[in-house]
Amino acid sequence: MKSQSPDPGPFGVMVHKEIADHIRSWRFAILIALIVLTFIAAMYVSLSNIKSAIGNTKDPDHLFLYLKLLTTTDNSIPPFHVFLSFLAPLLGISLGFDAVNSEQNSGTLSRLMAQPIYRDNLLLAKFVSALVIVSGLFFALALLMIGGGLILTGVRMEPQELLRILGFIVITVTYVAFWLSLSIMLSILFKQAATSALTAIGIWLFFTIFYQIVINLIVKSFLPDPAYLTQAEIISYNDLILNLQRIAPNQLYSDAVTTLLMPSVRSLGPVTMEQMAGAIPAPLPFKESIMIVWPQVSGLLASAIGCFALAYYLFMRREIRS
Amino acid sequence: MKDPIIQLKGLTKQYGGVKAVDGLNLNINKGEIFGLLGPNGAGKTTTILMMLGLTDPTSGTAFVCGHNATSNPIPVKKKVGYMPDSVGFYDHMTALENLVYIGRLNSVPEKELKKRSTEVLEIVGLSADQHKKTSAFSRGMKQRLGLADVLIKNPEVIILDEPTLGIDPTGVRDFLALIKQLSRQHGLTVLLSSHHLHHVQQVCDRVGIFVNGRLLAQGDISALSAQLFGTNSHITSIKLPQLVPQPWPLESELQAWETVNKITISENELEFTGSRDITAKLVRFLVEKGYDVISVNQKYYGLDDIYQKYFESNSTKDISYEKSIS
Repeated sequence: MKSQSPDPGPFGVMVHKEIADHIRSWRFAILIALIVLTFIAAMYVSLSNIKSAIGNTKDPDHLFLYLKLLTTTDNSIPPFHVFLSFLAPLLGISLGFDAVNSEQNSGTLSRLMAQPIYRDNLLLAKFVSALVIVSGLFFALALLMIGGGLILTGVRMEPQELLRILGFIVITVTYVAFWLSLSIMLSILFKQAATSALTAIGIWLFFTIFYQIVINLIVKSFLPDPAYLTQAEIISYNDLILNLQRIAPNQLYSDAVTTLLMPSVRSLGPVTMEQMAGAIPAPLPFKESIMIVWPQVSGLLASAIGCFALAYYLFMRREIRS
Repeated sequence: MKDPIIQLKGLTKQYGGVKAVDGLNLNINKGEIFGLLGPNGAGKTTTILMMLGLTDPTSGTAFVCGHNATSNPIPVKKKVGYMPDSVGFYDHMTALENLVYIGRLNSVPEKELKKRSTEVLEIVGLSADQHKKTSAFSRGMKQRLGLADVLIKNPEVIILDEPTLGIDPTGVRDFLALIKQLSRQHGLTVLLSSHHLHHVQQVCDRVGIFVNGRLLAQGDISALSAQLFGTNSHITSIKLPQLVPQPWPLESELQAWETVNKITISENELEFTGSRDITAKLVRFLVEKGYDVISVNQKYYGLDDIYQKYFESNSTKDISYEKSIS
């Protein structure tokens, strides 16, 4: 409890106030409702299909009950982690799009900046407070799911499953952090909250819908007819497309969480027959899955930090006028 | 005299090709109330922002309380309370909550915070409204809460940007009286900017006239008028019961006085312009000559005239109007 310690310092005070603001805001209540509803719907569908999923002995992951709870679906709605790959940006954007410009427009920014606080503390407080809330929300949901699963099925949980689910949460929070820092950066760049919100949503839509189309179009324009290519060339083109797609943060995110939640995924790119020969379809240990997604996770982290650094750069020397 | 608490040296701020503040040199001493007077867009706000490190000067330095405001703004902000011209509050919080938040940011100990904020609200006269949300506050109340905000950190210097903007006349009078009282009681240095000369005239010890980014004149009001009107700073007008004949026989005699520069006669009124106060002498002279004096009026140049004079000389220039930058 930071607020009860003798002197939390200005940064602690600001984080405290920002968290309180978020929690009391309607915006956050609506977002929570949206995510909780999604979660309940996904859980409902997976619970009603869990029996067949566990019984499917052809699937090497069929014994991971709790991972199955998160990923099973009967195709009526997408599983929770796919939902999150487009809800999480929304969460990040809506918590950050007016972080700085609303303060500026209401005249509180110059009042705040006239206090003895470092400028970066303001940005950091905005960022940290939203992240604290988001991680609280996701951890609560994950723990609820685990607890509910335990009560409903009575199946013991593998330590590996817990680690994987926690890993999933951490990656999701990192993903939200990226969108959050992007939207905070836009909120510094644009004076109007509406402009920054629209820009952030535009970027989000671009990456979720148009980016793949654009990549396909571009690659197709110079891709020779596959019939004349050797196996190795086809693979290299395929790699190129995949790598281009991995510029999109949502691709990184879905790669990372799919690998974590489905232990039998061993590679995110194409696998040759030689590589497959002799492989037994079995779940990978947790450490190996982490090794596979490490580039994705560091990519997400890097883009989040990059956006934050840009926000910092834009904000540090700017003129604060009411 | 002590070292000045605010020292500006060659302070310049350029926006594109426009110089908002041009080579400003200004010293403000401890405990005085200084009024920065100028029309809209003269660069007053920009100057204030530079004193707080909220914007970087293009050249020159601003030292406040012994610290460089540009490179080391935190110790400056610890000692300086700043009230921006359109002060804003968090609308969803009450006045007290807003105040307590600022108090916490200034590391006021939690134990004292409650007592201190109630005291400060008492001083500015908002005790009754402390639990109201600030969204319901009128402009004048916001202004007073802004002052409370400034006072809670126990500042050594108070900088008020257009503190009287948008408050009604009684509100202005109370507000200025409050500032003056606070300054005298606690030895606070106050810098206030305004384009309302009357407000400034009421409270300021010294005034700086600021037009187009340059400080044209500074000093107390009488020094300013002397500087500006030179030998013509005193006017005495005397009314007589009867019409003054034209030409007036005594005119040449009076013209010979060293201190009289100009005599204007209109109907039954005589106006003497001179470098010194000669009212008593004039009256005695007229009475001795057998004139009845029914009224004597002594005029000295107020800020109004000073202000007018400066703007006249600048009206040829196109003054780019207010907050073109914001």
